[in-house]
Amino acid sequence: MLRALAIAPEKCTGCLQCEMACSFRSEGVYNPARSRIKVFTFHEEGRFVPYSCTQCADAWCVLACPVAAIAIDPATAARTVDANRCVGCRVCTMACPFGTINYNATTGKAMKCDLCGGEPACVAACPTGAIVFVDAEAGGYWKMRAWASRTGAAI
Amino acid sequence: MMKSLTIDAAKCTGCLQCELACSFEHEGVFNPAKSRVKVFVLHDTGRYIPYTCTQCSDAWCASVCPVEAIESDRETGVKRVIDSRCVGCKVCTIACPFGTINYNAASGKVVKCDLCGGEPACADACPTGAITFVDAEWTGYGRMKAWAGRTDTAAQAQG
Amino acid sequence: MQHVIIGAGPAGVTAAEHLRRLDPAAGVSMVAGEAGLPYARMAIPYLLSGRIGEAGTMIRRDPGHYEELGIRVLCGRARKVDAAGHTVILDDGRKLRYDRLLVATGSSPSAPAVEGLDRPGVHTCWTLEDARRIVAAAQTGSRVVLMGVGFVSCIIMQGLVARGSGLTVIAGSSGRMVRSMMDETAGGMIRRWCEARGVRVLSGDRAVAVEDGPAVRMESGETLPCELVVVATGVKPNVEFLDGTGVTVEQGILVDARMRSTVPGIYAAGDCAQGPDFGSRSRSVHAIQPAAVEQGRVAAFNMAGRDLAYRGGIPMNVLDTLGLIATSIGRWQGAGDGTWVEDGDAYRYMRLEFEDDRVIGAINVGRTDHIGVIRGLIEGRVPLGVWKDRLRADPNRVAEAYVAATR
Repeated sequence: MLRALAIAPEKCTGCLQCEMACSFRSEGVYNPARSRIKVFTFHEEGRFVPYSCTQCADAWCVLACPVAAIAIDPATAARTVDANRCVGCRVCTMACPFGTINYNATTGKAMKCDLCGGEPACVAACPTGAIVFVDAEAGGYWKMRAWASRTGAAI
Repeated sequence: MMKSLTIDAAKCTGCLQCELACSFEHEGVFNPAKSRVKVFVLHDTGRYIPYTCTQCSDAWCASVCPVEAIESDRETGVKRVIDSRCVGCKVCTIACPFGTINYNAASGKVVKCDLCGGEPACADACPTGAITFVDAEWTGYGRMKAWAGRTDTAAQAQG
Repeated sequence: MQHVIIGAGPAGVTAAEHLRRLDPAAGVSMVAGEAGLPYARMAIPYLLSGRIGEAGTMIRRDPGHYEELGIRVLCGRARKVDAAGHTVILDDGRKLRYDRLLVATGSSPSAPAVEGLDRPGVHTCWTLEDARRIVAAAQTGSRVVLMGVGFVSCIIMQGLVARGSGLTVIAGSSGRMVRSMMDETAGGMIRRWCEARGVRVLSGDRAVAVEDGPAVRMESGETLPCELVVVATGVKPNVEFLDGTGVTVEQGILVDARMRSTVPGIYAAGDCAQGPDFGSRSRSVHAIQPAAVEQGRVAAFNMAGRDLAYRGGIPMNVLDTLGLIATSIGRWQGAGDGTWVEDGDAYRYMRLEFEDDRVIGAINVGRTDHIGVIRGLIEGRVPLGVWKDRLRADPNRVAEAYVAATR
């Protein structure tokens, strides 16, 4: 069963545990600036909204990569950057309309959420259940994307 | 902080101020033909797309150069042609899949965007913010935030 | 872990540097076949034309580069490889034990069937030593006969002409120039360009012997007296020392996508290797700088125990013949679906070949702007959509097509 991250913004308290966990898991440092998941604060509404890659089926990043460095992890269906192949040309960072793949100047490679190989650290770290890892069919971003388009908010 | 040129084609009006600024900065003339940034005009879709080197980390131009004439600055990420070393063999011009390093017959050397030493003239000249020079990391931040907002709106609507 | 690299050209040097980075504790030794620091053969034409000195041909500028990285550079030539004993034997008898061996020995000029090539005044143009001899021999007013009309011949013409030499080129029976890289139209343009610049291009005739003088005797009976004969009629891979190892050699050392030869522990990269082609199951020798560098990198990864597959080589060449610039990339011979525009008077030509919705190859003469996008289109397998018809109508719009399709 493929699983996807599902976000419940109303449960998020903005504690940034997800960002800390992600940066530690992915880069070995507790530093939100190195996290692939980001918590956005919308002060006026008083809302905290975690956001990360939705692992698009026809992913812009994959299509844009000139060296086929972004592959689909067969176990999780996550779009993952192969650091051995990535040349750091940043074309994927321009191509992704969601802004969820970015350049890491330290490694010189692109970085994005890879679902931690099937056990997302952000989910494990979230104390309120705002980020859960669920059956991809049942929930997750796909539904939210559909809602978004229904509300007229889509690009 | 490493910075990179970020292009938002939707904001480009095709005024070519970037090309004029680039050619003046590098060649001392206002001549778009000598610019290292080029605005592609796609008439059928009415799109204007400013286009230049992305300063790849492991750059094809640099790795393929037989005489180490393309230098990488670790701090700024810029890939710069060292004119005194370039022999003009042009192998970089076919190896770069973006076509953003080109041969200049007048000088017998190749030319490419060098970020103007840290203050890109194209970004300064762009009146609409289509070309900006920003933190190389998190160039997607604005888009992410916009989508987070939309997703939240949808979640709230769903109730 | 001992990594031994035979050869100090672009493939060998690139591999050595990556191995050092990937495997800091390992020993990395590189055997250079010529004395001095590793240099780039690609720079030799510019040495001949006087644009650079010998220092300008070095692959790495800093003379201490290899020592700083802990890469041991030895001068010598491999005589034999004992694959069972994991040992390379050099021509002076020295033995090097290896755990992983990279053969990056490149190629050498192959001699045409012409008598008297050992006479004084006859040179190949391949090594730095060759270039020194040619520079010494080609003085103002000297007459030069150039045998061969391939890539090397064309690219050294500028140097020979710049030295004030009267130049005669022997193009062989067909007279086609650079036939492995250029079609008849492009080759014809290059030929007319040369002739318009005072180069005599002989075709329908072939050299039979070099006589004293030197002078080149042709099959037709014509004799070409000259001060210097330069032979550039092709190259062959340097693989003889692998005899008896079990390494399979066809046009080059047969390697898989991980640059492994048919013998465990022995890898090959660069001009001596016959490796996977991009987008097909075939394997070819890709004797070009971009392939050498990439194969060197891929070999290093796999030698260091990291799994990395080569994506396959794409032929790509850029040729400057007395200032006329021509490029060919990919399967320019086509698969039956191509287009071209030509302006002979202006020496401009653009040919594009398609397969389904994609570009697979191109030839261009006279254009240098954004030419790299053709590689981007081929290697990125960029679907052209509406742009295929537009390119068919005007193949010169390649850069526009690439940007429209990818941005």
